[in-house]
Amino acid sequence: MESLLNTSSTMLFTAFILYLVATFFFGFTIKDKTNEHRKSGFIGKLAITLTIIGFFAQLIYFITRWMASGHAPVSNMFEFVTFLGMCLVLAFIIIYFIYRINILGLFALPIAMIFIAYASVFPTEIAPLVPSLKSHWLYIHVTTVALGSGILFISFVAGLIYLIHEVDQHERTLRTVSLEVILYIIFLLLGFIIISTIYSSMNYNASFEYELNGKPVVANYTLPAIAAPNDGTLVTEGVMEPWFETPSWMQGADAGRKFNSVIWSFFTGTLLYLLTRLVLRKRVGAAIQPLLKHVKPDLVDEINYRSVAIGFPVFTLGGLIFAAIWAQEAWGRFWGWDPKEVWALITWFFYAAYLHLRLSRGWHGEKSAWLAVIGFGIILFNLIVVNLVLAGLHSYA
Amino acid sequence: MKHIKCECGHVNPEGTVLCEACGKPIEVNQHIDGNDKKKLLNMRYEGSARRSTTYNKTIIDKIWNFFSSVKVAVWLIILALIASGIGTILPLEQYIPADAVSRDPAIFYPETYGLFGQIYFQLGFHKLYSSWWYLILISLIGVSLVICSIDRFVPLYRALKRQKAKRHQSFLNRQRFYSESELVSQEDIDAVKAQLKKQRYRIMEEEGHFVAEKGRFSRWGPYVNHIGLIIILIAALLRTTSFFYIDDYVWVREGELTVVPGTESEFYIENNEFILDTYDTEDERFKDAIAKQGQIIPSNFQTNATIYTAENSDVIGAEENLEELGEYQISMNKPAKFGGYTLYQQGYQLNEFSTMTFKIYEMNDSEAESLGEFTIDLFNLQTEYVLDNGFKVEVVEYYPDYSLTENGVRSKTNESNNPAFVFNLFPPNSEASEISFVGDVIGSAEDLGIDTSVVDLQPMANVIGAFAPSIDATGENEYRVLIDSIEFDRKSGLSIKRDYTLPLFGLGAIIFMIGVIQGMYWQHRRIWLHSKSNGILLAAHTNKNWFGLKKDIEKAIEGTSVRMVEDQKEDD
Repeated sequence: MESLLNTSSTMLFTAFILYLVATFFFGFTIKDKTNEHRKSGFIGKLAITLTIIGFFAQLIYFITRWMASGHAPVSNMFEFVTFLGMCLVLAFIIIYFIYRINILGLFALPIAMIFIAYASVFPTEIAPLVPSLKSHWLYIHVTTVALGSGILFISFVAGLIYLIHEVDQHERTLRTVSLEVILYIIFLLLGFIIISTIYSSMNYNASFEYELNGKPVVANYTLPAIAAPNDGTLVTEGVMEPWFETPSWMQGADAGRKFNSVIWSFFTGTLLYLLTRLVLRKRVGAAIQPLLKHVKPDLVDEINYRSVAIGFPVFTLGGLIFAAIWAQEAWGRFWGWDPKEVWALITWFFYAAYLHLRLSRGWHGEKSAWLAVIGFGIILFNLIVVNLVLAGLHSYA
Repeated sequence: MKHIKCECGHVNPEGTVLCEACGKPIEVNQHIDGNDKKKLLNMRYEGSARRSTTYNKTIIDKIWNFFSSVKVAVWLIILALIASGIGTILPLEQYIPADAVSRDPAIFYPETYGLFGQIYFQLGFHKLYSSWWYLILISLIGVSLVICSIDRFVPLYRALKRQKAKRHQSFLNRQRFYSESELVSQEDIDAVKAQLKKQRYRIMEEEGHFVAEKGRFSRWGPYVNHIGLIIILIAALLRTTSFFYIDDYVWVREGELTVVPGTESEFYIENNEFILDTYDTEDERFKDAIAKQGQIIPSNFQTNATIYTAENSDVIGAEENLEELGEYQISMNKPAKFGGYTLYQQGYQLNEFSTMTFKIYEMNDSEAESLGEFTIDLFNLQTEYVLDNGFKVEVVEYYPDYSLTENGVRSKTNESNNPAFVFNLFPPNSEASEISFVGDVIGSAEDLGIDTSVVDLQPMANVIGAFAPSIDATGENEYRVLIDSIEFDRKSGLSIKRDYTLPLFGLGAIIFMIGVIQGMYWQHRRIWLHSKSNGILLAAHTNKNWFGLKKDIEKAIEGTSVRMVEDQKEDD
């Protein structure tokens, strides 16, 4: 049991490292013009091989954790977000073998790594399944949703590459600012991961007592508390006193701790971004742009569309149809306007609009790329904000 | 209707852009698809006559044209998207938590969320998804789906059905893929034809010209998936009627036999046992997570029930005519299904108070014998209880589900989940009476660290009452009333559903998925070979994946003198 779990976490760590190394190798291919000939050089082959080995390592993590817990590891935030990262890598591998484009890896793998790192911030213990989750539909629904989202994420990656390549950086425009905002948000995510890793390596802990639904609970902060839980009292001694309290409208388990993490991500991410700007002395987008000069925008645009074309039906199946079947089995209502459900519907509406605009109204290229970025934002909103701020059936973890 | 006769002899309906049979551009209508400004022909709807691009006079034309626009459809989708998002900002009416300040929306929203909550409530966003304007928005999307689909499908179907193998030259040379070859032998043409057949193209010939076509059915994909969506919308409409959809709820105590509501007294249910299993806190796998959560985690909610059918459901209370239908184990994710109904395990109450026995003591003498006892049946509450020795107890206030909040004392529900009483005690032969407060057993059990949502109190029924407060409001009472023993009930909450619209929703979903896959993963490809006296014209069209079409053509003309097509694509 213990050893299975150990294997499991070692494998996840291995996968993470392999993705990191593969990212560097994909980075080395940046000057390659071989992209145009649809075959990659040695370094490119090495990079994709490392990615595949990394994927298998993560698969072993998944299987061993399943064996250890007795249920598919997709039942809490840590497990789900990790799985989402894995699906993104899988989608990337599939798309890679269709289009053989190295540059995609340079952007897709770091995003997958951000997911895995983000996941590890949540409690990693194996948790028992509550009765409502005890169903085969848990596996079917959650894995399909994650796979669909993973494929849709590739459209974001392609869209982002397209935008960095195409947006004219000579003067400041709405487009350069918007692109910069997107990159800044990625810095925020990085900031969150960096700061959590620093403090968790120091074993930082500050505990608060507060009331949730009329019952006293304890919140364990792993970052110094800037925002205390609503009506919470600090019980750990010798740690930083909180500056203020989390507003009461933030609901769900551990809202205060999550809100505190958001504040920290803003601090660290902004600092990181400003430092980067100071070093580069130009917009981050403008700094990356020259690296992408061998990118063929038409091909990237095609990948953007193709991933939506594949991801949309998969997402519909997992996020709406399988979800509805399960809800019918568990509660006797296939649709209940729960925030998570509504945001799945919004995601679906959005990609439906994307497809209509592209196929019927000729929104190709940059317009499509912007839409892909917004779509990614909507899925992330459903993953993060709906779980953090809006209470509902899915606000687990 | 003004028909347009083409030089090939085919009679086209008014508004046609490209002749349905030979494809020759009909001069007066070229502006409709924007062909007048481009070299290449717009092939999206085969240049067929759509109602929306042909008529724009009457009010009906204008409405039709409005709804058949993709731009309008996208705007409707975006509006629905934004509206749906707004509805998730605060919990919906039905998701107001049980322990909220009040379950009355008019109080809950402003109390919990301040001014924003007040505005949210007054705009009706707490039931946004059933508001008239949201339903209208969704219906408009439905109307747009139907009109868009009819507007395009019918003429497109006609045009593809009536297309001929022989095409007009001006149609061919304005295709994106086009080439002219001279001096092509009949053998070469036959070879190309054979190759295309091998690639599973269907060949249609006319006067030595031919067209090779495959994947036409993918053109119907969008219309098929729209039909699926329309079926889903119709199902949603039907579900609002009680014939198609029944939704009810019943609480059944252990050992109780009761009619299943919503079934018109056709079915009865007997609760044999309610089971609540919890995870072992010592479990190797889960102990860390359980310890972290700091509470007992349930693993199973289950009602073992017997379902009966009533022989003659017209006779009310005719229990002797019940016939056993079977035993069912109803748990989460495993509902019981019978006679078109489904029973879901939805709630439970382990510790419903059924009777409470109180004893009266002298205030300052805890060792003393009790002066008398009385028992309250909570399902049959009296206003006063007279004891044999002359004591009289008057029930002044009764809170069946007592809770103390910032806003004072109240009863959360009308169920006897946590009774509390204000008694007025009249000692024998005395005019003066004393007020005392007794109750809140659940509150004191929770204070002892007992999680009453998962722990049965029945085994401690004779002691737990002693921990409940008995408060003397004035401090001058001579007697006090203590809880001696309690009888608890365990009850199970089951929801009853009958939903005849489910197959329709399922059908709609399947058709939608088929349509999406059909339209997205196949392509409609056509290759025209037009014989001329001194050679042939080759042209080709596909609705997507031009790269794939190019490969098909390369393969087909390999080893012949037919020249490869050129991509005439213009920049937008």
